Amino acid sequence: MTTPALEARDLAVSFHTGRRTSARAVDGVNLTVLPGQIVALVGESGCGKSTLARALLGLQPTESGEVVVDGEILPTSRSGLKAYRRRAQLILQDPMGSLNPRMSVYESVAEGLRVHGVEGEEQRVADALSRVGLRPPERFFARYPHELSGGQRQRVVIAGALVLEPEILIADEPVSSLDASVRGEILALLLRLRDELGLSILVVTHDLGLAWNVADRIAVMYLGRIIEEGRTEDVLSRPKHPYTRALLSVVPEMDRIEPIVLVGEPPDPTRIPPGCRFHPRCPVLQQGLPDEISSRCRGQALPLLPVQGGHAAACYAIP
Amino acid sequence: MSHDGLRGPALEFRDVHITYRTRDGDVPAVRGVNLTVDAGSSLGIAGESGSGKSTLISTVLRLQPKTAKVTGEVLVDGEDVLGMSFKRLRALRWAQASIVFQGALHGLNPLQRIGEQIAEPIGVHEPKSTGGDVDRRVGELLEQVGLPPARARSYPHQLSGGQRQRIMIAMALACRPRLIVADEPTTALDVMVQAQVLKVLTDLVDELDLTLVLISHDLSVLADVCHRAAVMYAGEVVESGPASEVFEASAHPYSRALAGAFPRIGDTSFRYAPSGLPGDPPFPGDVGQGCAFAPRCPVVHDDCTSGELPLVEVAPGRQSACRYPIIPPGPQPDRGTP
Amino acid sequence: MTMTRPGMDPVRTPTAKQVTRARRRASRSRSWRSFRSNRSGMVGLVVLLAFVVVAILAPVLFPPSTISVTQATGEPMSPPTAGFPLGTDESGRSILALIVWGARISLVVGLAATVMSMLIGTVMGIMSGYFGGGLGLVLNRFTDWFLVIPFLPLAIVLATVLGASLINIIVVIGITSWPGTARLVRSQTLSIGGRPYLERARALGAGNIHLMRRHILPNVMPLVLANTTLMVALAILSETTLSFLGLGDPLSPSWGSILDGAFTSGAMTVGAWWYVLPPGLCVVAVVLAFTLIGRALEDIADPRRQGA
Repeated sequence: MTTPALEARDLAVSFHTGRRTSARAVDGVNLTVLPGQIVALVGESGCGKSTLARALLGLQPTESGEVVVDGEILPTSRSGLKAYRRRAQLILQDPMGSLNPRMSVYESVAEGLRVHGVEGEEQRVADALSRVGLRPPERFFARYPHELSGGQRQRVVIAGALVLEPEILIADEPVSSLDASVRGEILALLLRLRDELGLSILVVTHDLGLAWNVADRIAVMYLGRIIEEGRTEDVLSRPKHPYTRALLSVVPEMDRIEPIVLVGEPPDPTRIPPGCRFHPRCPVLQQGLPDEISSRCRGQALPLLPVQGGHAAACYAIP
Repeated sequence: MSHDGLRGPALEFRDVHITYRTRDGDVPAVRGVNLTVDAGSSLGIAGESGSGKSTLISTVLRLQPKTAKVTGEVLVDGEDVLGMSFKRLRALRWAQASIVFQGALHGLNPLQRIGEQIAEPIGVHEPKSTGGDVDRRVGELLEQVGLPPARARSYPHQLSGGQRQRIMIAMALACRPRLIVADEPTTALDVMVQAQVLKVLTDLVDELDLTLVLISHDLSVLADVCHRAAVMYAGEVVESGPASEVFEASAHPYSRALAGAFPRIGDTSFRYAPSGLPGDPPFPGDVGQGCAFAPRCPVVHDDCTSGELPLVEVAPGRQSACRYPIIPPGPQPDRGTP
Repeated sequence: MTMTRPGMDPVRTPTAKQVTRARRRASRSRSWRSFRSNRSGMVGLVVLLAFVVVAILAPVLFPPSTISVTQATGEPMSPPTAGFPLGTDESGRSILALIVWGARISLVVGLAATVMSMLIGTVMGIMSGYFGGGLGLVLNRFTDWFLVIPFLPLAIVLATVLGASLINIIVVIGITSWPGTARLVRSQTLSIGGRPYLERARALGAGNIHLMRRHILPNVMPLVLANTTLMVALAILSETTLSFLGLGDPLSPSWGSILDGAFTSGAMTVGAWWYVLPPGLCVVAVVLAFTLIGRALEDIADPRRQGA
């Protein structure tokens, strides 16, 4: 197997929420993105996917485990991290919030270049703006974010990330704040960047349809762990884990699967259930399982999934 | 689940035009909308920013901003809301028709307990009810939306997004209205929470035989939940018909593009083929001659930029404002009620 | 970048820098125009300019001899006459001359104290708002500690220990007023702190200094400038108070000292209104001018207006 562009190995991130409580937002994750691959990390709010994305960028300190970039462990020193920033970039959900309203488009895109002291600023900014489809780029130099539409702003954010010529892009809900008819263009842009520049992209989203549109592989996250991973076609057409099945079943107009509406709220990362962390809400367990399996569901923790090894799910009830 | 044609339409918009008066001139937000919702049925209104859908439904309770000039008629159970006296309007608001707002943003006072906020309209419309009656009704409402009655003592920040949205539904039902308008009730929510909220809404609509108008930018949600759907673009209705048909076999290029934005998982034609439109939805008032969608239309013809484009019937029960609609083949088989 | 078209002079398409500069110029003239449309702000500006001009021209209008006690030529405590439009003090000096020179002192002291307060306050405010955790807490407590230092007792102590002087007054006002600015700046910093563009800048590799300097400071400045004008007003009032209490330089005729002189020489009991009223009115006028300007600037600085 080729060296992965980006890897998480046994990664864990905790937050202290009180005097004695802590939330294990990421509770042991193995994740791999190969060069030129688009991986979707899907899950509901609170599952830890955004925390994981930030940990992969070195923006979030980790408790244990490693982030490995192109075979090397992520540096912890300031200068090391700064050098890493040129290789991996972040695109956030809200393009209006991601741009300083007082900075022009030119200044926002050039910011990365200025921080790293890169020469030839003006040409690079123009190239980046052209590549994301804002042509002619000079016309956008002096504009301000509030003069642009949502789609254009997100393109500016992507241009700002591209201008540093990264190998890895991490996009956290890149289109969920945009109008529906505009999403396709941004997603098509991401696909084009992968094809033309060979970028490796990790898309974090709760939208399974987005994953179906752009992702090669998909990893489903629940309460800090990846509970199913595989090729997008495999996971979304023949889901193995009961949670994935439930998520798929409630996507509107999903006629293949009977809707399984889970009861209760997405659970609390400060109180992770013993055994399989999904077992309190698991519809399969509720329907009844042989004792030897249900006792494992309730009491025995599941191992982490292997990476990029076909289609795997962390569940005792699958044959 | 019956469509009670004998009751007359629960809601009707007749040639509604809404224009905002601003410093820079008049901005037309809604440009001639005609819609009918039969009692006991559900209508979904789909549209993106600038489509005018939120402005349109604000007139149902006459809640449009003071700067908005409205012409036409908005009939709730046959009565024109725009022309009625303030006394009649107050009686109508919440007790005959109510609106479910997006719970995450406005709608809930962060400083008041949930129970008090739900009780407020009850106190206004049924001033003779005792404290005990009100408490009992609040508890009943919370149970109807799937929350324990003890939640009445919580504050909004103690609840999750999905719970807050369900509180908004409970509030809307407080005075037993016959018509509910839900404005983007699930937009900010995860797919599982969205399913929970939609289930609560649809179960209640069935149980209490209400009329529902659901607004969303997500055509697939409307196809799942509503009988009929109307798609709005730049202040006009560009297509209307049975919701699942509008989603699966749209008769207007915009509806088709909007439907395509929510891919069918499992359908290989959507793999690596995100569908979208160039440009952005137009700002209200920023439309040229002819068809408002022409600048972005993938199948635009030369004559699309001039003349009027009224809604025409392209098949029984289906209307489209496109001069070159994709005419659905033959009368559609009855898909039954959702 | 130059482009040549046949038969025409080479046309230069503007570079990004030129475009940005033009933008900045346009935005400045926009701000000026909106300030101009604010009537009370303009009134304040005109009044202030009048005082500034008079203060600058003080040595020309009234040579230093006119305010020297030993060279006074007028009758002591005499009401306004042609030669002495505002009458004389108990040493025979022209009150008008004193007022004009006093304008210098009050304005300079007010400005100096405010600049000191603004510099310290802005830096402390940004740092305590930007750095969370332990450092932010310490800085915040530090600010609070200075906030509660009582103004008058500190002035008296310093005057006693170091002698009465204008420098003391500037220091006292600076020390006791920077926490006000710091708190304002801190809350503005906190409200910006959560914005995604800060996270994006970090993801681009920016360090703390870059974030504070290029993102937080520009967003904080408009409010700080508006607050500063109001602070000058307060500084002048404070200086007047301290001078009135005799803690300022007894030799320089700030408006407060003039009032002190009026008080100690019993001007009020003899009905010498020309001694008491003018300095008081001047203080009121200048303070009001600054307040009006400050309010107008606050309106312009309001983030809601700029769609920030």
